[in-house]
Amino acid sequence: MSINSKAKLAENILELDKLEQAPTRNGYGEGVVEAGERNKNVVVLCADLTESTRSEGFAKKFPERFIEIGVAEQNMASVASGLNAMGKIPFISSYAMFSPGRNWEQIRTTICYNERHVVIAGAHAGVSVGPDGATHQAIEDIAITRVIANMTVIVPCDAIEARKATAAAAEFAGPVYLRFAREKTPVFTTAETPFTIGQAEIFYEPDKKPDVAIVACGPLVHNALLAAAELEKEGTAVRVINNHTVKPLDEKTILKAAKDAGCLVTVEEHQINGGMGSAVAEVIARNHPVPIEFVGVANRFGESGEPQELIKHFGMAPEHIVAAARRAIQRKG
Amino acid sequence: MPHLHDDTIKELEEKANQIRESLVDELVTAGSGHSAGPLGMADIFTLLYFHVLNHDPRNPDWPDRDRLVLSNGHICPVQYATMAHAGYFPVKELKTLRKFGTRLQGHPHRTSLPGIETTSGPLGSGLSQAIGMAIAALMDDRKNYIYCLMSDAEHQAGQTWEAAMLAGKHKLWNLIAIMDRNNIQIDGFTENVMPLEPLRAKYEAFNWRVIDANGHDFAEMHSAIEEAKAVYEKPTMILAHTIPGKGVSYMERKFEWHGKPPKPDEAKAALAELRTLGGKIKSEHE
Ligand SMILES: Cc1ncc(C[n+]2csc(CCOP(=O)(O)OP(=O)(O)O)c2C)c(N)n1
Ligand SMILES: [Mg+2]
Repeated sequence: MSINSKAKLAENILELDKLEQAPTRNGYGEGVVEAGERNKNVVVLCADLTESTRSEGFAKKFPERFIEIGVAEQNMASVASGLNAMGKIPFISSYAMFSPGRNWEQIRTTICYNERHVVIAGAHAGVSVGPDGATHQAIEDIAITRVIANMTVIVPCDAIEARKATAAAAEFAGPVYLRFAREKTPVFTTAETPFTIGQAEIFYEPDKKPDVAIVACGPLVHNALLAAAELEKEGTAVRVINNHTVKPLDEKTILKAAKDAGCLVTVEEHQINGGMGSAVAEVIARNHPVPIEFVGVANRFGESGEPQELIKHFGMAPEHIVAAARRAIQRKG
Repeated sequence: MPHLHDDTIKELEEKANQIRESLVDELVTAGSGHSAGPLGMADIFTLLYFHVLNHDPRNPDWPDRDRLVLSNGHICPVQYATMAHAGYFPVKELKTLRKFGTRLQGHPHRTSLPGIETTSGPLGSGLSQAIGMAIAALMDDRKNYIYCLMSDAEHQAGQTWEAAMLAGKHKLWNLIAIMDRNNIQIDGFTENVMPLEPLRAKYEAFNWRVIDANGHDFAEMHSAIEEAKAVYEKPTMILAHTIPGKGVSYMERKFEWHGKPPKPDEAKAALAELRTLGGKIKSEHE
């Protein structure tokens, strides 16, 4: 097993039954309280989803700094812009489908073009939302946020990283999109795992030259690790990169992986079109073309089901990542 | 409440006329842009920048300034002309409107021009931003007023009413909205395109105080604003009844002039009319 010791991950990270499980949105809830304690200018806005977006902790602890907007996500985005104009650091929380989904133009014009430091916290992203079905499963949000100038896009891999990303976003300058998931997923990083916005981390590193590098973001990083361990059993050397910051992309780490391994697999719970994999492909095509295989949702809408069932159905389970890695290696010729 | 002195009114009228002249010049040089809305709002902009606003053109980032949010960004030529006359930047810079490299973008861009409080153009999002500013000001016990200038047609946008509801909920007494009730929009008269009335009843139902005023009567607009400041439990909407194209007779009340500038010969006629105050005085330029 080639877990990178410098990443300071949890023990037994490949044994699912031994790992604690928590949704990344919980990390947001803790992170935003931490940010509020550190900086009295932090304010939280919510659009009638206070409990499920995990804004509740902040609302209870700092009621005078919590603004309930009601079901009005477009208003919420522009109100946040105005709050920042007067020195506040607003976090706006809803489901990703509605923020940045429904209020995209307000985010683009009144926050990003206006150069306002507002943090957009999108909960319930991905098909793992489960039973609620496709209307509530945002699988386009990375594409629509990363395309906006001035925007920073972060997809934390577990609840601990989500907490760090949230606290870091409060101290950042400029608009940030934070993407969170509804469903419980393995907590496999630790307080000591390095996290810096814009810096990808190597979580799995073979002791020889890698045959393939897997670039993943969000809770699927864990599936990428499971896939790497599986591939290693067959004698395939794999590097796994936790690419939590989709924008600005850590081009250095991505390019080094392409050069070292000669092929890549990208993994995300998002449309393949326009997502994190596309961002990686843009850098690779410009600088060092190598075969890339994309794991994600292939131009379809989600549907109702249990989270793990849907991850499998849409082709994002460990076995799909293993198959994609084999294809990528084969294409190296 | 202090009433406007007759001399002040006269000064404001003259200033507004100069601003209208600059506006026509500005639009002709630009070759594109909006005419009717800006001319109709010239008096209100003059009143705000030359009498009402607590601001300092030499120190546009002064934290205690009042904030003016222009929600209907397409009428920015009148804001630019007024700001230039108020001393934010040289009047001759108005000639750069809409040209490559200009600080006077086709729709206002905050970080391009000091004194612009927010980027706007897409209708319906200004009131929300003004509300954010007003809430933040109350949180910090600040004394500044937040003015939000809006068009009538942007009251067809859902977000405007999302915002109105929130302002009512928070009883934002430091928020004064002024609607350019000129009855026109691109496709025709508002009441034909998508009826807005009864606007007073709508805002009252959202827990606002509503004041009707003639947008070309400085004394009446001024007392409306003073009244708004005296109300401590509600945000105020001033329904400013204006004549689109005001001052240039062939543009007045014509929705066709919403989004085009005068051609050079049309501008000549417009300027002659403005310089003579509609034939009331003899122009030295004749
Ligand atoms: C969200 C949005 N949709 C469409 C437009 C295009 N547009 C510019 S001005 C305008 C309406 C004009 O009516 P009004 O706002 O009353 O302005 P006036 O003509 O009276 O100046 C429209 C539809 C826009 N700016 N924003
Ligand atoms: Mg109008």
